[in-house]
Amino acid sequence: MTALLPFRSKSSDKTGDARMSSQTMPSSEKFISIEGIARRYPAPGGKSTTVFENLWLPMRRGEFVCMIGHSGCGKTTVLNILAGLEAPSEGVVIADGQAIEGTSLDRAVIFQGHALLPWRTVLGNVAYAVASRWRKAPRAEVEARARKAISTVGLAGSEHKRPSELSGGMKQRVGIARALAIEPKILLMDEPFSALDALTRGTLQDEVRRICVETGQTVFMITHDVDESIYLADRIVLMTNGPQAKVAEIVENPLPKVRDRTQLHHAPGYYALRNHLMDFLVSRSKTLRDAMPAGYDQRHPPVIRPSLSEADATALSADAPPARRA
Amino acid sequence: MATSLSLRAGLVSLGLLLAFLLTWQIAVSGTGKTEAMDPEYAALMGASATTGKSAMPGPLDVGATMWKHLKDPFYDWGPNDKGLGIQLAYSIGRVALGYGLAVIVAIPIGFLIGMSPLMGRALDPFIQLLKPVSPLAWMPLALYTIKDSGLSAIFVIFICSLWPMLINTAFGVAGTRREWLNVARTLEVGPFRRAVTVILPAAAPTILTGMRISIGIAWLVIVAAEMLVGGTGIGYFVWNEWNNLSITNVITSILVIGLVGMILDQLLAQAQRLVTFPE
Repeated sequence: MTALLPFRSKSSDKTGDARMSSQTMPSSEKFISIEGIARRYPAPGGKSTTVFENLWLPMRRGEFVCMIGHSGCGKTTVLNILAGLEAPSEGVVIADGQAIEGTSLDRAVIFQGHALLPWRTVLGNVAYAVASRWRKAPRAEVEARARKAISTVGLAGSEHKRPSELSGGMKQRVGIARALAIEPKILLMDEPFSALDALTRGTLQDEVRRICVETGQTVFMITHDVDESIYLADRIVLMTNGPQAKVAEIVENPLPKVRDRTQLHHAPGYYALRNHLMDFLVSRSKTLRDAMPAGYDQRHPPVIRPSLSEADATALSADAPPARRA
Repeated sequence: MATSLSLRAGLVSLGLLLAFLLTWQIAVSGTGKTEAMDPEYAALMGASATTGKSAMPGPLDVGATMWKHLKDPFYDWGPNDKGLGIQLAYSIGRVALGYGLAVIVAIPIGFLIGMSPLMGRALDPFIQLLKPVSPLAWMPLALYTIKDSGLSAIFVIFICSLWPMLINTAFGVAGTRREWLNVARTLEVGPFRRAVTVILPAAAPTILTGMRISIGIAWLVIVAAEMLVGGTGIGYFVWNEWNNLSITNVITSILVIGLVGMILDQLLAQAQRLVTFPE
């Protein structure tokens, strides 16, 4: 039943639209603001391929945003622009009140392939980031901070191992520790778990979720795993297929902040959300690229919240624990 | 079979060596035919004509000469009679100087070429043109400009060591993984610190490969260079012993040159092992 219920678009009513406009939006609503960015690559024959253009996306402070889309929609490019590793062909990104120009220690990246320096130990890799953040910090402080970050991701005791001695999951943990150790304002993750086996991926998702909820970290993550986005994200950004990709809609995750991965599929609203995302990936990502619905405004992508089934609604209003186990 | 592969290989090596020495000994121990000749003419013709004995020394002769050199490697009885150790020390000193200079020049320029596509392209024609030139072809120019045969030999070593190191450094630097560079960029690491902490360790195995190739070439060239410039060094020693018709000493030098070359190569192989990182 739940699964078949349609979604109600928030932006279709006037109040929702007004809330999204830049004038009325409080600054915390726009901690990061992607404003009309485009990315074009030169194509053979003097032409250029537009991966995306006029892309607008606001993100709130402390929010976990996942971006979903098929390969070639420019997800990684958006992340690289946020990181400052690439410059947009047009437009600007404002993070915490400042336009992004190049990389910054305020924005840490967790790379898809862990990107650890293989000649350094676990401690050496994390300490390298810490020493880059606090250039004048004494060695002991650098090491203390690095050790703390390593124990946060559950790797205490492996400080002196080299990356080659670690499993894929442990390597990615070090990557997470390295990013967290510099206490960034924004954490950027580019499909961080895609190379891991299902079991490890689950454990690491738990860790990341725990750490991000505890620290109130603002996170932008790219994934192609629907379940991962449902478990981790507060809002899920759906990209249509590229080239000429667009932000089709921003889906608000109706699931409560406290989530249990193992019981997630019993949570009210889960299937409605999952089916919506799957439908998007399977068909709408293509049809929407070709023809956007009337009234679509690139500047204000529609914000959508899945409407709940009656059973879901009562479950939520009764303030029942989101997951049966809890 | 409990015997390990290396033990068996060692036994085979030893067998081959013994067979070679035996053949050598047999080949030089026979006597050819002798002719009756005028005693004064015979004195001019030397031992091989009068007794039929080969002028080629046998392994026992070479062994005895080697032992003599090993016992007293550092004697110095004037410009034409120095111990083998002194001659080797001259050669190794020249190689160390020329090679050291090449390291100082090649690695920074290699970094420049590897990091800057512009400089890479700009310098490429020069490297392509100069790389295939035999290092000895530089010798007359060096002698004319430097006006010192010892320094000219060092220059020739410098020139021949330069190219493999330069090219390998540039290749290693340019091949640094983009993701490692991105890590440095997101951490706002400055260009100098990035070069030392990311690019240098990443390129070190490739750079060491170039250094290993270079030391091999330098050791090959020093013998030829010293034959030309004369005076001191193992190359000069070989040529001098040829002029003395002391085949025993020539064979001894060949063995010693091989031995030193092997040691130099192994030293750099060891250094390469130190900087190689497992992934």
